Order: sequence, then C-alpha cells, then structure tokens
Amino acid sequence: MRHLARWIAIVYLALLVVWPVSLVFWHTFGDGLAPVFATFADPLVLHAFRLTAVATAWSVVLNVLFGVTISILLVRHEFPGKRILNVLVDIPLSVSPVVVGLALVLVYSQDTGIFGKPLAALGVHVLFATPAIVLATTFVALPLVIREIVPVLHEVGTDQEQAARSLGASGPQTFWRITIPAIRWGLLYGVVLSLARSIGEFGAVKVVSGNVIGRTQTATLVVEQFYYEFDKERAFAIASALALVAIAAIVAVGVLRSRAAIKEANS
Amino acid sequence: MSIDIQGVRKQYGTFVALDDIDVTIRTGQLTALLGPSGGGKSTLLRIIAGLEEADAGRVVIDGVDATALPPQKRNVGFVFQHYAAFKHMTVAKNVAFGLEIRHRPKEEIRDRVKELLSLVHLEQFGHRLPSQLSGGQRQRMALARALAVEPRVLLLDEPFGALDSNVRKELRTWLRRLHDEVHVTTVLVTHDQEEALEVADEIVVINDGRIEQIGGPDELYDAPANPFVMEFLGPVTQFRGEFVRPHDIDMFASRASEAFAGRVVATQRVGFEVRVRVVLPSSDAPTVTTTNTSVSVTRAHFEDLGVGVGDEVWLRVARGAARVQSEAVAVGS
Repeated sequence: MRHLARWIAIVYLALLVVWPVSLVFWHTFGDGLAPVFATFADPLVLHAFRLTAVATAWSVVLNVLFGVTISILLVRHEFPGKRILNVLVDIPLSVSPVVVGLALVLVYSQDTGIFGKPLAALGVHVLFATPAIVLATTFVALPLVIREIVPVLHEVGTDQEQAARSLGASGPQTFWRITIPAIRWGLLYGVVLSLARSIGEFGAVKVVSGNVIGRTQTATLVVEQFYYEFDKERAFAIASALALVAIAAIVAVGVLRSRAAIKEANS
Repeated sequence: MSIDIQGVRKQYGTFVALDDIDVTIRTGQLTALLGPSGGGKSTLLRIIAGLEEADAGRVVIDGVDATALPPQKRNVGFVFQHYAAFKHMTVAKNVAFGLEIRHRPKEEIRDRVKELLSLVHLEQFGHRLPSQLSGGQRQRMALARALAVEPRVLLLDEPFGALDSNVRKELRTWLRRLHDEVHVTTVLVTHDQEEALEVADEIVVINDGRIEQIGGPDELYDAPANPFVMEFLGPVTQFRGEFVRPHDIDMFASRASEAFAGRVVATQRVGFEVRVRVVLPSSDAPTVTTTNTSVSVTRAHFEDLGVGVGDEVWLRVARGAARVQSEAVAVGS
C-alpha cells in the first residue's frame, strides 16, 4: 500500500513537474551552447534581467523590513484589528496576480488614480515604470517572510527577550542580539522563498509595466514575447535561466531546513 | 538593598492576581514567596522585576522608587523556570551578555565570566552551547548570567521547577550555600514548601492574591496563622476540633494521662513511617458521630506498640505541637 502511494506520487510529480521542466532544458541546450550565449549577449535580454534583479532586490528588502515588523506585531502584541491584519497578510497568496495588477492600475493611474494623480503632478510616474514593477512584485511576495517568521516567533517565546531586558539590554539591543538570531533560520527561508517568487512574477507585472520592450520588460515578459514571436530558442534559454535560479533557491531552502533540523535534534 | 512593596494590586480582566500587597523584603536575605499555583506569587516577582506592570501601588528597590522604571534600569537579576538560555550563544557568551551590554572592557569580562563559571561549577563548559547542557547545568548558567551584572536583587521564578527531584534537591542545597557566599538579596518563588523551608531565611505565604503569613521557616511551621498556612506547609489532620500535624500526636497502646481513646481502622506503611488512621468519638457529640484522625509514627515505634487494625489506642497532642483551631468543626472528614 505504501509502495503504491509512493509510486503514484512519483509518477504524478514526474508527469507534472520533472518531465516538462526537463524538456525546457532539453530544448535550450539541444542545439549546443552557441544560441544560449547569443541570447544572453542581447542588450534587450540583459536589460530585462537587470530589471528583474532590481524588482527582486526591492521586493526582498521591503518584505524583510515590513515582514519582520508585522510578524512581531502579530505575535507579540495585542491590538484591535489584529485578526483582520492577519487575514489581510494572506490576501496576496489567494488573489490572482492579475487582480493585483489591475488594483495597482486603479490606484496609480495618472488620470484617475488616488495616488497616481498627485504623484504625476509632482512628476513622479509610477505606472508603466520601475516603481510599479517593484510594487507589484513586492505585493505578491508579501506573505512569504511573515508566514515563515510567525511560527518561529511563537515557538521561541518571550523568555529570552525578557531575560535580555532584565540583564540591561534596551529594546533595540534585545531585538538585534536576541530576537533576530532566534528567528534567523525562518528569516532566511522567507528571503529565499520571496526571492524565487519575485523572480518568477509575471501576471501582476505584465499589467502594471506596460510591457514596453527594452524599458519595462522583465525576464518573464521577454520569455512570453519571444515565445509568441516563434523565437523559441531564445524563449527557452531565458526560461532555463529563470528555472535554474528558482531550483537553486529551493535546493538552498532544502539544505538549510535539513541543517536546521539537525541542529534542533541536537538541542 | 531592601525591596518595599506598597499596596501593589494587579488584575487580569476580572481575575484579581494580587490584592493590595504590602511586604518588605530585607537586605541580604533569601526570601521565599510560597503558595499554590495561580496564587499570585510569580506575578509579584515579575512586578518587582518590571516584566509586568502593577495596576496600583509602588515598588521601592533600595530606597529608589522603581515603579515606573523599565526592567533594564532596575538592575535586578531574573532567573526563569525554563532557563531562558540564549540558545545561539555559548555558555560563556550567555554569562557575558549583561557585561557586554554595559560595554565593559574585554579583559574584565573574560575574568568575570571565568570567575562566575567556576562559582557555578561550569568552568569546563564555557565553549558549549546551552543545548549541550543538562537542565541543572542550564539553570546554573542562568544563575551565573544573572549574577554577572552584580544585581541589587536576584529574583528566581520557580528555578528548579523543571528539574528532576534529585537534581532539584541538590541544586536547592547548592543555592543556599551560594547565597551564604554571595549575600545578594534574593527572592525565590516556589510552590514547594520543603524547598522554602530548607532554603529561605524568611517565607511569605501568598494565596488568592493575598499574603497569608510572613515569618521565618520555624515560625511558620510551629505557629501557623491559619489552617491554610498550616496545611500548605505540611500534612495536617484533625484531632478534637483542632488541626494538628500527624507526627505531633503521641499514640499509646494503653490508657495514658490526658489521652483520648480511639480505634485503629487502617494502617499504611510508607518508607520509614507508618500512617495509622484512628476513629475517635466526636468531641462535641461523642455518642453520635465519630472523627477520623491520621497519626504518623516511625516503623520502629509502631512495632513497639504492637497494635493493629481493630485495636484500641490512646491519642494526645505532643507538647509544643503546632495546633490551629479548625474554623468549623468538620464532621467525619
């Protein structure tokens, strides 16, 4: 019975994940490495990757800052509206990225948006530019850091923090010397997951970026464009690069998790 | 370095954890806050440390009003039941924490940590992580960490509560010796009356958010203020309308002066002692009801008496025994 279940799981994953993804790599390297190098020499492609990197960096930094703050708020403090906040945090996971994109368009549209109009008057253009891409990417990755840290904070409890306070540590000293080291593994998983999610974001970014070639096109958008232009070689090359980064991130999480598990087992 | 607690009150919702507490904890002494769980003793300790805020009243430490001070400004050492070890730091780093926060010179910190680790017998463990220590060792580390900052008062919240009973007894004796060496004003919260009686110079019995009695261990044991204190500090039984300790009743196999007759209904051997249950005619209605009295005698004495279930025995309260009038004479208990 257990064997059967195992085989079903393996076949299911193989058909759904392993086979299609390996086909991407197969297509990429089927004609040798030359076309792959040619793809990554293209300034348009490089620009797209740079934009993806910028959006991902912002998304990770913002989500770490606000994620840690919100997590501590949710775990360590009681306040009215806490449950609502808890639910709001999960919305980016459940709402389709396209909806996120459209929502951002409504808010930041230069003609009608609540924020968009005054910002445009100041000469700041959010929509169809890097800021909107950053916002969309940050939005979709928002829950990942929080959902990793919250259970760790619960588990660690407040004893260590109180001990630090009684030993003379101020609030910030306690935070940096006790709280952060205590949640460091959870934080690291959160960062890696946000990174992977941000790199791969497509739907929300497509809506808010305008998809302007060479200006507001991220790597995922370039893949789509090349694909529709029947330039499958280059589409697959970029797709492979994106997949590689994501796989590397997941492998990193796996290694870190098992390492942390070993550490836990020793304690 | 005395601690003055004046009119302290704390309420959680409708539950009154502390109800107008007044107590002075004397300098250099080891004071135990003793009482059942949920009686408010831990809350009082946390209020002294500043980890919890009182709804009313003042906490004066060493003549300074500390009521509004945050914990890090009170200079108190706090030891938690579950050690609260900094898990990501070595034992030496744990002990050094308070000194590093105070930016003491590196050499001073090193020397002080060494000194403290030898004080708590952990010299060999400085480089280990807390997870590699036993419970008793972790708690000794926590104690060294609290002592490192030379606190004005040391507060211990059920420090041995999570340990095995053997380790607990060992550490308790060790704590008393340590206190005789270090002489820091210490407050120990415990629900274990044996621990309090063995370790403390003074015991504050707290129940239901109120102080039941304050006094030295002998004073509390010999002259309990009320049935609660008497019952909490050791086993009690009823004898002719009074609470008495089972080992404070003399038992005779034949008639003796001032002794009352009864009949043995059960005996139970527990280690060195034998617990004998005796039925006596009730004191206020001798012909109608009876009361049960438990008597505790040593095994050797019990064998000397040569009595068993069904035999008649004579009981009287030993001289100098602690006795408290039972509020309402319970019948047939």
